[in-house]
Amino acid sequence: MSALAGRVALVTGSGRGLGRACARTFAREGAKVVVADMDPETGAETARLIREAGGEAMSVRVDISKSTDVQTMVQTAIDTYGGLDCAINNAVCGLPRASLADISEADWDRALAVNFTGVFLCMKYEIRAMLTRGGGAIVNIGAGNEHTAMPGLSWYLSAKQGIYGLTKVSALDYGAKGIRVNAVAPGPMWTPALRETAATIPHHIDNHIAHVPMRRIAEPEEVAEAAVWLCSPAASYVLGHTMSVDGGYVLGAG
Amino acid sequence: MRDLEGKVGLVTGSGRGLGRACCEVVAREGGKVVVADIDIQGGQETVRLVEAAGGKATFVRTDVSQSRDVQAMVRATIDAYGRLDFAVNNAMIPTPFVPLADLSEEDWDRTMAVNLKGVFLCMKYELRAMLEQGSGSIVNIGSGNEHAAAPGINAYAAAKRGLLGLTAVAALDYGEYNIRVNAVGPGTMVTPSMRKALDENPKHRAFLESLAPIKRFSDPREVAEAVVWLCSDKASFVVGHTLVADGGACAGKLLKPA
Repeated sequence: MSALAGRVALVTGSGRGLGRACARTFAREGAKVVVADMDPETGAETARLIREAGGEAMSVRVDISKSTDVQTMVQTAIDTYGGLDCAINNAVCGLPRASLADISEADWDRALAVNFTGVFLCMKYEIRAMLTRGGGAIVNIGAGNEHTAMPGLSWYLSAKQGIYGLTKVSALDYGAKGIRVNAVAPGPMWTPALRETAATIPHHIDNHIAHVPMRRIAEPEEVAEAAVWLCSPAASYVLGHTMSVDGGYVLGAG
Repeated sequence: MRDLEGKVGLVTGSGRGLGRACCEVVAREGGKVVVADIDIQGGQETVRLVEAAGGKATFVRTDVSQSRDVQAMVRATIDAYGRLDFAVNNAMIPTPFVPLADLSEEDWDRTMAVNLKGVFLCMKYELRAMLEQGSGSIVNIGSGNEHAAAPGINAYAAAKRGLLGLTAVAALDYGEYNIRVNAVGPGTMVTPSMRKALDENPKHRAFLESLAPIKRFSDPREVAEAVVWLCSDKASFVVGHTLVADGGACAGKLLKPA
């Protein structure tokens, strides 16, 4: 259980949900963890949980839509732990579902600033740090795969599918420089985000389960296992790949 | 705890190459393995390597195109070790790469019998055993770039794309029974013995290294890592997925050097 001993990892949006599960799984595998979240309290709580379990972690507040925040986040990893080896870009901002013509331009700009440009900013400064280190691994968290569509989610899925493009192109550009970039496409997970959405949409959970061949919702730890594995030496020949960890969600026709 | 502690499975085509590497990684992770291959010498050598490293393995001569052999392979696994937790369907035969109009019906039939029907037969009897047990994980070995065409690979492509269809549909049908079905798409793999030959052929070596963004070929063990991870409970929510371990080769088009 120490595939990542001696490595330094950061996870954005790790104050709760999938991000927290990723941070804790990194720590279980021996990595020192930078917990990054827009909410300093939940971020601090994730770091505390890791330390309580015998791991090493610290937290930093970051709004990934702000370049200076992202640069500070990466610099913190370098200043505190000496460098950066692994990063999971998970932070998102949510909007209510809306058909395209009903999305306000302000909402669109905000959603893209975090969910798409935010990932670009994170990758930019993570890659720079990893190049100095001589290598590294990045995992971007998507949703659905490159072909998925769901009603009311154009502001979300366009960003996520754009992230798959960022992932593949950077895999091509940095594959020979020791940096592996991949993505994980989660299916439905028992996270605070799911529960919040389920409170506003009737039959939301049942609808998800009906689309999952495994007929259940995942624990976020199940998706975290895949994201952390992709950052580990065992995945040394995997790059530019989008791994679906979704109970088969993307398999069926509709 | 190791990823396959207490688990039992089989790997077809494990007399050499990727199949052999899978058996070695299985054993490293604490699993017991049935080595299935049509080649007795290769299969027995894999058993010897696994046991020399402290693992447990049994060889069963198997031609996956023969239903009787496949049933015997599954039965032998349960007879020897009491369970079937995972199965890696890796056995394949090479096929001539010729434009379609020049492909003989015999070559087509032989390719399909092993590379597609053989996978169907293996899955059929593995699934039956896993249904009885109430759990299991199957990993089919596909090809690196299942969506790309390459000159002359007609029968090979048809079989491998067919294999992906079997993977996806079985994943859908059996997902709710605690059985996971997935695939791995390998890229360019060079075994230690092949590597020696490449040392004498730097031009070919450079060509193989140029095929993927990572600018090197893999050791089959790197692909075996992905296979074994999918076999384990760490991949508990992964079904119907083709995990591509190809150094980024199918991520996009590299610019050809001037």
